[in-house]
Amino acid sequence: MRSIKQIKQDRWLAFGLVSVFIVMLSISFASARLYEMFCKATGYGGTTQVASASSKALGQRNIRVRFDANVAPGLPWKFEPEKSEIEVKLGETVEVYYTIRNTSAQDATGIATYNVQPDMMGSFFNKIQCFCFTEQTLKAGETRTETVVFFVDPAMEKDKHTDLIQSMTLSYTFATVKSPNKSPSKSLAELGKSSKTD
Amino acid sequence: MAYAAELNSDHDHAIPTGWRRYVYSTNHKDIGMMYLWFALFAGIVGGLLSVAMRLELQEPGIQYFNGLAQLIQGASPETAMDVGKHLYNVFVTAHGLIMIFFMVMPALIGGFANWFVPIMIGAPDMAFPRMNNVSFWLLPAAFLLLICSMFVEGPSGANGVGGGWTIYPPLSTTGQPGPAMDFAILGLHIAGASSILGAINFITTIFNMRAPGMTLHRMPLFAWSVLVTAFLLLLSLPVLAGAITMLLTDRNFGTSFFSPAGGGDPILFQHLFWFFGHPEVYILILPAFGIISHIVSTFSKKPIFGYLGMAYAMVAIGAVGFVVWAHHMFNSGLSLATQQFFVAATMVIAVPTGVKIFSWIATMWGGSIDFKAPMVWAVGFIFLFTVGGVTGVVLANAGVDRTLHGTYYVIAHFHYVLSLGAVFAVFAGWYYWFPKMTGYVIPNWIGIVHFWISFIGANILFFPQHFLGLAGMPRRYVDYPDSYAYWNKISSYGSYIFAFGIVFFICGVVYTYRRKELAGNNPWGEGATTLEWTLTSPPPYHQFETLPRITGSDH
Repeated sequence: MRSIKQIKQDRWLAFGLVSVFIVMLSISFASARLYEMFCKATGYGGTTQVASASSKALGQRNIRVRFDANVAPGLPWKFEPEKSEIEVKLGETVEVYYTIRNTSAQDATGIATYNVQPDMMGSFFNKIQCFCFTEQTLKAGETRTETVVFFVDPAMEKDKHTDLIQSMTLSYTFATVKSPNKSPSKSLAELGKSSKTD
Repeated sequence: MAYAAELNSDHDHAIPTGWRRYVYSTNHKDIGMMYLWFALFAGIVGGLLSVAMRLELQEPGIQYFNGLAQLIQGASPETAMDVGKHLYNVFVTAHGLIMIFFMVMPALIGGFANWFVPIMIGAPDMAFPRMNNVSFWLLPAAFLLLICSMFVEGPSGANGVGGGWTIYPPLSTTGQPGPAMDFAILGLHIAGASSILGAINFITTIFNMRAPGMTLHRMPLFAWSVLVTAFLLLLSLPVLAGAITMLLTDRNFGTSFFSPAGGGDPILFQHLFWFFGHPEVYILILPAFGIISHIVSTFSKKPIFGYLGMAYAMVAIGAVGFVVWAHHMFNSGLSLATQQFFVAATMVIAVPTGVKIFSWIATMWGGSIDFKAPMVWAVGFIFLFTVGGVTGVVLANAGVDRTLHGTYYVIAHFHYVLSLGAVFAVFAGWYYWFPKMTGYVIPNWIGIVHFWISFIGANILFFPQHFLGLAGMPRRYVDYPDSYAYWNKISSYGSYIFAFGIVFFICGVVYTYRRKELAGNNPWGEGATTLEWTLTSPPPYHQFETLPRITGSDH
């Protein structure tokens, strides 16, 4: 029969294996945050960069920027860009406008997310000001104009993956916020959410 | 005190009888047997679901599921067509989940590994016998939850989960708000907990309970395969548990891990799911590799060719298996550099897999081969698994996958490696170890006839699906354009042949139990060298009262 020492060894090993389980489980939960940090750092998946000041340098050539506006089902809003596309010089800071209008007879709250296509342009697209990730409440029939200030980093000319790209798309989608400013489980909700600093 | 009690617990007692012997069981052989019967039962349920799917797909148009929707779900004649379409997807989902979590895994890991890993390494039982009992009994509970999910509301107006086994959001969150998805998620949680406990038990048993002289490098390949599998389970299942918990909180507690409206990303779920999902397919096939190695060696009457290469090939498959997951996501907008990496990493897996295939062939080379039923199944496995492996290399190319993703070509690929691979290995193992487990000889002709019915049926069933996939037929639809009718009809005929093979198999097992011809300790002769063949058939309730001492290097 097995000695007490052997049985103790079994327990230590099992304890170690349970820790492996806990570590893997924690990593899977942390992955939401890690993925977000990774996307922000690399522009992966079309994550755009946030800048506090205009570009210091100007690039050589122009790029066409298209604007796309969507509303998720369930939100009775009309949402469109002022211009559907513009041509900008790399490094030039530009200001564009979107209008949102509540077409229903009720107040409604929405929140916008955005991304850029092609994905690899994410790390060169710098937002200075934007209306995304803040809850917007529109009264029945109310119209509001929103501003986006951005520039395209001239460094894209030097990157061999992006130097041939002639145009890009900035896409916004408004989705309904069902219970504005209150969420049943705040801490968990915060864990899954993207940061709202921009 | 606790230790002393445990030390005395496994001898000097009567063998429990009746229901207590099984419900309270801490005996690895009884628990293994329960796992095998459970897997057989779940396999029949999952198999019936697939026959229903093939019956529907035999002709274009919707013939059966609208009626089935009225019959099972009480849909009104007006809604029957829409509910029926969803019901088809419920069948697809349940078939996948049942076959993976409740048939192949319980059969290979819970069943054969529980039975033979302790015996092969010369241990009296598993390291944690009571935890072994918990592992098993969690499984029927999980299965029940999954079955429950088929009878409660999924999307509004229809019952059951219809999102496929991959349960991608948003279809699994906002797409199906009813409780069906919650039931399925909880079922997966419990099945996962069962497997994690099992994995911890196997690793501890293999590391700490090997008999004197049984070094890791003398350990039989089946034990090696289970060791690697257990590590894969331990590292990958927590990630699934995390992902489906996030799905659960997204659904019920207002989080937005996977919801873009709250800043989440549905693609994150795909990454987490496949970080689990890809190792999972190796979890399904590695124990099968182990079984095949033993059978090929036994019936060629030669030790396995390249033992160390075989063992470390499995370790390599397991390790590389963790960095190839995004090859399931080539169409999800990955950057070119990412795709290049995942194509290359996926191709690399073909190398250790090739080592295994060629080593099996080299083992047979020059051997005195005896084509008994287990060997026929094993050779069938090697051939069909290789076919599936080749289409796998085709699909590994991101450019090719762009068009083949989500088509019947993929269905054909993974059924060749899992249905004709893992399941053939389950039957090979069954015919190989049945005399040892029950003490009765299973007549050779039963295994041979069953093999040919299954081999012909499964190939007629799945080979035409390559053509359908190349022609662009997508997965997970209840209906299809008329141009796909011909090969769908052929494929359905194959399904009925395979199902008939299962009926034949069950009759064969019943016949064997009634015939009661005794097998003796070693019915396979000189080729069968592992420790289980030194014991009586069936082995004593507690084997190795005195531990065996392993001196030779024969595997």
